[in-house]
Amino acid sequence: MAKHPVSLKVNGDDYDLLIEPRKTLLAVLRDTIGLTGTKEGCSTGDCGACTVIVEGKAVTSCMVLGVTASGKEITTIEGLASDGELHPVQQAFINTGGYQCGFCTPGFIMASKALLDENPERSEEEFRHALGGNICRCTGYTKILEAVLKAAEEVQTSA
Amino acid sequence: MKGFEFFEPTTLAEASRLFAQEHAQLLAGGTDLVIGMKALTETPQSVISLQKIPGLDGITTEGDGISIGAMTKVREVELSADIQNHHTALAEGASEIGSIQIRNLATIGGNIAHASPAADTVAGLLVADAQVDIASADGERSVAIDELFTGPGQTVLAPGEIITRFRLPSPASGSHYIKHKIREVMDLAFIGVAAAVNLDNGTITDARIGLAAVAPTPIRATEAENLLRGNELTAELLQQAGEAAAAAASPISDLRCSAEHRKEMVDVLTRRTLQEAVARA
Repeated sequence: MAKHPVSLKVNGDDYDLLIEPRKTLLAVLRDTIGLTGTKEGCSTGDCGACTVIVEGKAVTSCMVLGVTASGKEITTIEGLASDGELHPVQQAFINTGGYQCGFCTPGFIMASKALLDENPERSEEEFRHALGGNICRCTGYTKILEAVLKAAEEVQTSA
Repeated sequence: MKGFEFFEPTTLAEASRLFAQEHAQLLAGGTDLVIGMKALTETPQSVISLQKIPGLDGITTEGDGISIGAMTKVREVELSADIQNHHTALAEGASEIGSIQIRNLATIGGNIAHASPAADTVAGLLVADAQVDIASADGERSVAIDELFTGPGQTVLAPGEIITRFRLPSPASGSHYIKHKIREVMDLAFIGVAAAVNLDNGTITDARIGLAAVAPTPIRATEAENLLRGNELTAELLQQAGEAAAAAASPISDLRCSAEHRKEMVDVLTRRTLQEAVARA
């Protein structure tokens, strides 16, 4: 099958690629570009491990064909820190121990980042509900939620 | 995933021509199709993306009515103030699909064209009395949402026909959707029930009830609606309406629940949605 030219802006860098239409955005990010911070969990959109931000919106990249992301701006976990400073969500996950094996962490952090960008003023219950698309099989949810609430506080006080 | 030819037409006519060919599939948000292609339950030879066709996306008001482009993301439907205020059942249904990450990808057109009897936006569209605009290379037509479905995964759409828009006429004064489920999020509906009512001094002047996942297609509970019209919502009438809605259901037993349970719950949930819709009216 013919490959298609695809131009992506990932974490501020431009990539001009030739990719097979059946490659998911997740596969393009990990295998073609080599950004392996984004994880493949269930590969059916249920676990959220592959969450990246496309044009400001959190999406499960395992459900996106790479060819349909052409021309779009994408942020992955590798693009969150700026000038050596971790993003408040990343720092909060470290400070509270919001990770165990770490496999779900990039997805949780990207989903949380998008939520904070949209509206950091959510109740604990609202954050819990809004993160329902991310699964932690170590079941470290208490610390994850603590981290997200802490980051939300941080983002609001520094705003 | 098997290989396929990928097309990104910029006009509906071109998309329709490509889609009319054999083994072709339309790609909207991809949340059903891409997963189906991975599971090899979908093995199209060509995939036609609707993303580059202008005019298929967005929510606009037209007088009393609201028009929702087929490529509008489910998340946008959920968060739209116009839909929340005037077609609350539809906004509630949209908010019940998958996760935020999925709702940022999934489109309302895809949710409907996939024709799952359990689709979460369908009951809200049924009680909004939505018209479905359809385009093909031969022209355009429009069908009522309750005439769109012919069976599980089946619609009246002919090869090459593409849903472009949902047009919602002037809204009912109150509506509500309940999804019967086990998990808070990321669950499929055991049953979906929506109700929309207009009231005049406590008398129900119009009532619509939409049922999902309780028949081969989503359905309106027309007998229950007829009982309600012209009357005040007494406890007795509520009970009769619930029973009439349950009688309209012809559910199956599956791993989620038994047919008997579904029928019983249609009765219960019809009463609950009606009470809430009336309270909001």
